[in-house]
Formats: sequence, C-alpha cells, structure tokens
Amino acid sequence: MKEVNLTIDGIKVTVPAGTTILEAAKKVGINIPTLCYHPDQKVKANCRICLVEVKGAKGLSTACSTPVWEGMEVYTNSKLARETRKTVLELILADHPMDCLKCVRNQKCELQKLAEEFNIRKIDFDYVWDELPIDESNPSIVRDRSKCIKCGKCVEVCNEVQSVGALAFANRSHDIIATTAFDRPLKNTVCVYCGQCTLVCPVGAIYEKSDIERVWDALNNPDMHVIVQTAPAVRVSLGEEFGLEPGSIVTGQLVAALKRLGFDKVFDTDFTADLTIVEEGHEFLERLQHNGKLPMITSCSPGWINFIETFYPELLPHLSTCKSPQQMFGALAKTYYANKIGISPERMFVVSIMPCTAKKYESQRPEMYSSGYRDVDAVLTTRELARMLKEAGIDFSKLPSEDFDAPFGITTGAGVIFGATGGVMEAALRTVYEVVTGKELKNLDFEAVRGLKGVKEAEVEINGKKIKVAVANGLSNARKLLDMIKEGKADYQFIEIMACPGGCIGGGGQPFGTTNEMREKRIKAIYDVDKQMPLRKSHENPAIKALYEEFLGHPLGERSHKLLHTHYRARDVK
Amino acid sequence: MSKTVRLVSENWGKIVPGSVSDYIKVGGFEALKKAIEITPTGVIEELKKSNLMGRGGAAYPTGIKWEQIYVIDKYPKYIVCNADEGEPGTFKDRLLLTEDPLKVIEGIIIAGYTIKAEKAYIYIRGEYPRAQEIMKNAIKNAKEAGFLGDNILGTGFSFDIEVVSGAGAYVCGENSALVESAEGKAGRPRIKPPYIKNVGLFNMPTLVNNVETFAYVPVIIAKGAEEFTKYGTEKSPGTKLISICGNVVNRGVYEIPFGLTMREIIYDIAGGIEGGRELKFVQIGGSSCECMPKELIDTPFCYKELKSKGFSVGSGAILVVDDRTCVVDFIKCITEFFVHESCGKCTPCREGNTQVYNIIKRFTEGKGTEKDIKLLERLSTTMKYASFCGLGQTATNALSSCLKYFREEFIEHTKGICRTNVCKF
Repeated sequence: MKEVNLTIDGIKVTVPAGTTILEAAKKVGINIPTLCYHPDQKVKANCRICLVEVKGAKGLSTACSTPVWEGMEVYTNSKLARETRKTVLELILADHPMDCLKCVRNQKCELQKLAEEFNIRKIDFDYVWDELPIDESNPSIVRDRSKCIKCGKCVEVCNEVQSVGALAFANRSHDIIATTAFDRPLKNTVCVYCGQCTLVCPVGAIYEKSDIERVWDALNNPDMHVIVQTAPAVRVSLGEEFGLEPGSIVTGQLVAALKRLGFDKVFDTDFTADLTIVEEGHEFLERLQHNGKLPMITSCSPGWINFIETFYPELLPHLSTCKSPQQMFGALAKTYYANKIGISPERMFVVSIMPCTAKKYESQRPEMYSSGYRDVDAVLTTRELARMLKEAGIDFSKLPSEDFDAPFGITTGAGVIFGATGGVMEAALRTVYEVVTGKELKNLDFEAVRGLKGVKEAEVEINGKKIKVAVANGLSNARKLLDMIKEGKADYQFIEIMACPGGCIGGGGQPFGTTNEMREKRIKAIYDVDKQMPLRKSHENPAIKALYEEFLGHPLGERSHKLLHTHYRARDVK
Repeated sequence: MSKTVRLVSENWGKIVPGSVSDYIKVGGFEALKKAIEITPTGVIEELKKSNLMGRGGAAYPTGIKWEQIYVIDKYPKYIVCNADEGEPGTFKDRLLLTEDPLKVIEGIIIAGYTIKAEKAYIYIRGEYPRAQEIMKNAIKNAKEAGFLGDNILGTGFSFDIEVVSGAGAYVCGENSALVESAEGKAGRPRIKPPYIKNVGLFNMPTLVNNVETFAYVPVIIAKGAEEFTKYGTEKSPGTKLISICGNVVNRGVYEIPFGLTMREIIYDIAGGIEGGRELKFVQIGGSSCECMPKELIDTPFCYKELKSKGFSVGSGAILVVDDRTCVVDFIKCITEFFVHESCGKCTPCREGNTQVYNIIKRFTEGKGTEKDIKLLERLSTTMKYASFCGLGQTATNALSSCLKYFREEFIEHTKGICRTNVCKF
C-alpha cells in the first residue's frame, strides 16, 4: 500500500494512504478529542469536536473524516482549532441537562470527560435543553431523551448492526432527536431490547432499567432466601468496571463479591447452560431422526427471540423450544432446589447477573412462571452489579477467589462458552457427537464457529452423516440466515443465533463503551476458561446427571417439558 | 431597461412553455444536434471556453465539473437538476422552469449525452407545484417528439428525465442533501469525500447542476462560447439571471451582463428605492450572503470584484433594503430562518443558530450587551469554520457583515436605542 508522509504539530508521520488524521495523530501520541466517532461505526463527523487546522484547507477539518495526503501539515493545537473545539463543546453542553451528579453515566460519560479535558469552567451560552419525559415503558431500556447529544451512534447500531430500525433521527435543527417512529414509547416499537444502543451512547441518554433497588430490598429481607446466578459472559467483563483490562477473568472474585453482597447462595448459569445443551441436543436429534422442523435454531438469546417473533413469525417453528439457561435456572430453583433445601418458593428470590438487557424483558414474560411463581425475580446487568458493589464499598481488587455453591455451581467448559458467539453450537456438537456415536470426541475445539465474523459455517460428520451448521451474531447477520431459510436456500440442520455482536460477551448489559476490540479479548478469555475446566462436555456434568436422576427423569421428559421448554408467538408491537 | 439582455431568457413570453413545436421554431434542440455533432469532448471544450460558472451559488466551473464526471468509467451515471430554489429572495429558476422548460430539458439532455448518463432527476421544490406540472408536461412532450427516451435522434443514446418533488427543506439545496432527499431519505448532507461526482445518487457517479446552469448550456452550445463571452467581464463572462426584491420600484427577474455596478442594478434596472427613500444596504446572493452598505454600491456585480470586497454573487438574489429597516431586526429574521432550516446534523449549525437567535433577540429587546457582540463573533467564527455543510458555514455571513458595517447600531441597541424604531423596548 502507498505510504503518505505528513506532519502533525511538526512531528513527521508516515502512514498508509487512506489513513485519517485522527488515526495518524494517534500513532504519534496525539489524542485528538472525539465524541460521535466510534471505532466500529461509520465516520459521522456530526459533533465537530475533532476539528484541526490543515494548512491550505478551507475552514477547519474534522480529524475523524479527513484522509491524510502527501505533504499535509496538520495543527491540532492552533489557537483557532482549540478555541473552536471549545466553543463547539460549550454549545453541546448548553443543550445538555448536566445533572452529572445523579446521572447513570457519572464518571463514565464521554461528554463529561471532554468537559474535564477541555478545562471547561464556564459556559457562555444560554441553556437551551428541553426537558422531555423519560421513556420507561418497557422492562429493559430507559430513554432519557433530554440527554441525547444527537451523535447518531444508537441509530446506526439499531439500523445497520441489528437491522431492527426502532430508532431513527426525527425533526431537524434544534429539535432533532434520535427517537422511535412517531415518538412512541419503546414498548410500542419493533425494539427487541438488545441494548446495543446503550453500549454506544456516549452519555446517559439510553441505559438499562434498573432492578438494583428491588435486589437490595430482597437482600435486606431476613425472611427471603436470595440466590443469584451469573451468566458466563459476566466473568470476563466485570473486571473492566474496576479498571482491569478487557478479557480479565474474574470468576472467583465475582463469586466472592456476590457473597459479600449477602446472597445466600451463588450459582452459575453455566449449570443450566449445560442443561440446555442436554435438552437442546436431544431435541435436535429428535428432529433429525423424526423429520422435525429443520434447521433448528437456538433460543437462548432473548433479543433474538424478540427479533424473530417481530420480524419472522412464520419461522417460529424452527426455534428450539428450550428456554434460555437463565429461565431454566429460575424454574429449577423454585422447584427442584426449593424442595431440596426445604424452602418455600414463595420465600425465594432469584436474581440473575446478565450481560444483557433483553433478559429483563424475558424474565417478565408470562410463559416464565412455570414454577408457579415468577421464575427469575430480578435481572441485573454487568453494569448494575458493578454499581451495587461500589455502593457496598467492596474493593474488587482485594477480593479473594471463591467457589460457586453446589449444586448449581458445578459446571463444564461447554457451559461457559455459551458466552461467546458459536459457543452454544460448539457445546452442542461436543455433546451430540458423543451421544450419537457413543465414542469420545478427540478434538473439542470447533474453531470454525468461533470469532466475530458475522455468519460462520461448519460441517461435522456424525456416524457417517454430515451435519451442516451455521452461526450468526448480530441481528443483521441473523437476518441473512433467516432470509435464506425463507427462500429455501439454507441447507443447514442447526443454526445458532445470538442477538449481539460477539454473542453475550458483547451484550447490551456489558460495560458502557464496549468495542469489537474488547469483544475479541473477552472471547479469548471465555475460551481460556473453557480450556481450564476439568470437564468440557455438558453431558459429563455430574450435577446434571444427578438432576436427571433425582428430578427430571430423562431429557425431553414430562418435567422438562413443563419447566424447561416454552413456546413462542408472533409479537404485536402496535 | 436597456442594460438587461435576453440570452437565456430569450424565449420568455414568446412561446407556449413546454410546446416542442414552439421551441423548435425559436431554434430549440439545435444545440442538442450540435452537441451530437461535436461529441462529448467538444461540448466540454465549449463549456470550458465559455467559463460558465455553476449558477447555484458555489460558482464551480461547469466545463471542469462535467469533464470530471465524463472521465469516470462507472455506470449507470445520473444527473440531478437542482431546482430546489430555496435561497430566500431567489426566484429566477422558477421562471426558467415555467417560461422555457424545454431549454432546461435540452441542457440536461446535452449533459446526459456528454457524461453518458442513464437518467436525470429534476428535483423541484415542493412549493413550486405549477413548475412541477409544467416540467412534467414538457418532459412528456419531449419524449413524444423523440428528444427523450430510446435512441434519441438516432444516436443510440437513451435517456430519461423524471421530476422529483422536494418537501420544503432549505438544506436540500446542498448537493449531497439533495441527493439523499432524491433517494427518499431525510435531507441531510453527506460526508465528502466521497464526492457526489463519484458516489452520488444511488451511490453512482452523479452530476448535480442548478437549473440556470443547465439552461445556459444550449445557449452556449448553439451560439458558441464566443457569443456568450462577448457579454460580461473577462473573469465573469456572460450573463446572469438576478432576482431583485425588497424596497425597490421594479422587483423581478432580470438577465444582466456581469460587470454592471450594484448602483446600476438598483437604480437603473430596479428603478431605485420605493418612495425615493434612502438605501441602507443590499444583500447580494441570498440570506446566506453578506450585506453591502450603500457606500460600496459602485462595486461591479461579478465574481472577482465582489469577492475581493467580501461579498459574493451567490444565487443572484438581490435584496434591497432602505433606511426604515433595523439591522438588528433584519438579522433576527434571517437567523430565525436558519434556526428553522438547520437540518440538525452538526453541532455548530444546530446549536449555533439557536444561540445566535437568542442573543439577537436580546438585542431587539434592549437587553444585549457588548459582551454579547463578542459572543456573536465567536459563534460566527465557529459556525463558519466548524459546520458540516454550506448551510451552517454561511448562516452567519449576513450577521458578520452587519457587525462589520453596522456595528454602531448593535451598540445602540445595548443602550436601548433603535434608530429606526422597529425594536420596541
């Protein structure tokens, strides 16, 4: 590739042609401020915060969008550039509520950070922000439209990454806003509650609906037996909330932290992930052997379930009837486990820690009361858990490593890889292969289904029969597979779909500001955890075996049917 | 009136608009035939020789623009005729569309033939329903006469034109916002590069020109660049349509050679100020352009001379303002327009216009301060240098020029004085 020579603030830089000023500056240690820029999105150049002076250019240039040229002279810190950037930031601040002290993004806000970096001490302009009602219409996502700074990141992720289209820009001039069609409450839109918008929002305009207070109340109630399950993806992301590198594995500290918060038992959703594999694996074999609806599609991602119920209801018979691991956990906790420890399910409060905002909606679905009670009482995102730990004064860095409790803390590597795209497929293949062939699977690593690529395919030979599988992550990629099914062009038997890019490790409940680079690191961590597990196949989990022996009988049995499986319906979003 | 000329407006009032036979009788479609004869490169050469500048306001040389698209080897190519005449005080395109629609169409066909485009869209502002109807009818007639459609004049060249209606947004006059809107999206400008010539309508190479630019093409091709450059000055050859409005006796559209002074335009062509009042300033080019105080009206109306004094030809709008007008109130009206028309995409334009408006409003209420004047200057600079597109970059041009030439009036307002008594404190 052609190289281009330029100078930035007098420093010589050589970069490939096509590099932007922003990227070139980063290379020589000059951080040009940005706001609407996102490394995984298209360049927007809306906010005008990254303005620099380019010798000979008309006006100022946005560093995010301007490609370098041979002999270019860039001045990032000239009086004009610096003062104009500051005025632009002041203009944004004058149209922002600035209730930083009680904002969900306090100290995690890109706008607040810029105000600090720009040394803003006063704002010369009139405060012009409009107080708009907060949309709390749904169980998952809150929109505080007054705080919207019109960067457009939520619009792009909703339309292009997820192909959902719940959000778009409406109005113009000072009234422009990223909002729903006809400004309807989110619950009356096609929103699937994936929460990807919450990850890219630079300010506190979109975030999860908090269940923290309800969880505190349960924890503080001495009559309540409060148990918690933690999703696989949380153990590789929670550390980031406490300053650790993305991809840090903090399983033991996570358990210790939850115990300190006062949970009576700390369990692992990996356990019901293993159970899902056993049930779903058998369901798959059942469909395969008895001409059932194929390809069968996984059903553990609630954003994905909302998506297919909204946009492709005609394909619902393809969905596995298995509930998600979160809901299997809740149903078993309030039946099997309650019975085992002799506590009435009425006095039991089940909390789950999820990397997900759609899980909040899922836990409130009417189908999810199969224990006779609400199976999962409260869902906290990774971010909410971090907030609780901070509130409780728990110094995460000083926590010892502790172990999950039995019986729902006994898990395998197959359970943990549910957290990454391709993981459910890989875990299922490990089990299906051995169940069908009766032989030991030598190579457990199905590399072809791993990683951030949107749609992945693999072929596995089981007992001489070729099984073709596909894996999609991110809903625009799911759409590709669904359209293929509709057109009769999908020759797969089994498909895994995760609503969020990267799977649950990239979920909408993960730390704010999640990028693909961070997703890659978390994925690597997930497979590292898998590698370290003594057991890596779900059907070998002794606690699962015991569960079948003591309670469920056999996979797809009557109790399974009642507690672990569900049904779907076309979603009316009017 | 002898100072006006009839080149591009030669047929106005003489033919039934849209009638192919009438148009042919006055020499219509001769330019197209000649274009075919001299081939695309010949057309481009002729346009370059004529030095025809784009008439939308940016004044980009037309021949060069066409050549840049001509050499792009990517198809299909499109043409968009910008008939979203939204610049306040500008109404010359409307007359081109309603008085001689086939001239515009002929210009577009020549462009299509030259750059090998497949189709053209005439994006006419929604406020011009009559022009839309006349244009649609003219296209239909041209098609029936074989000047549009398949195998035009036996050349093997096939081309069609479709009318698209705007929906009232000023920003759609900006070429990329226009293209977005023509595609059916909200009218907001695109990032450049890629430029519209490379990645335009439906992401294909696209030529966007103003109505008036297209209308001059058949004139130049048929009569030759030399005939065109006989008019005007060396740097600003030819003639230009101007729209005169405001406090003058004869408001209207006129075709003038470049080089007349503003004084000639105001007093000779437009008949001077109504009621013999005193001229205060003249805003040349539309609301996005600067206001010229009366002391400077001996400046000739041409690109170079105006530019050297900080003004521009713009769209050719000429708003004449007499001494009854309060400068501050005038700027308030202009800013109100931009507050309404900002698309909201970028910070400086979205927030800047609102802030400018609030400050100006304070002045009209006698609450402005000297510090506010500094603030206005800071906002002007920021909007000019930092806005995403031309809308925000030029929204404070009028303000800046008035702060330069009529600063005293702003200061008077801080003391509760409005010399015109327009602002009631």
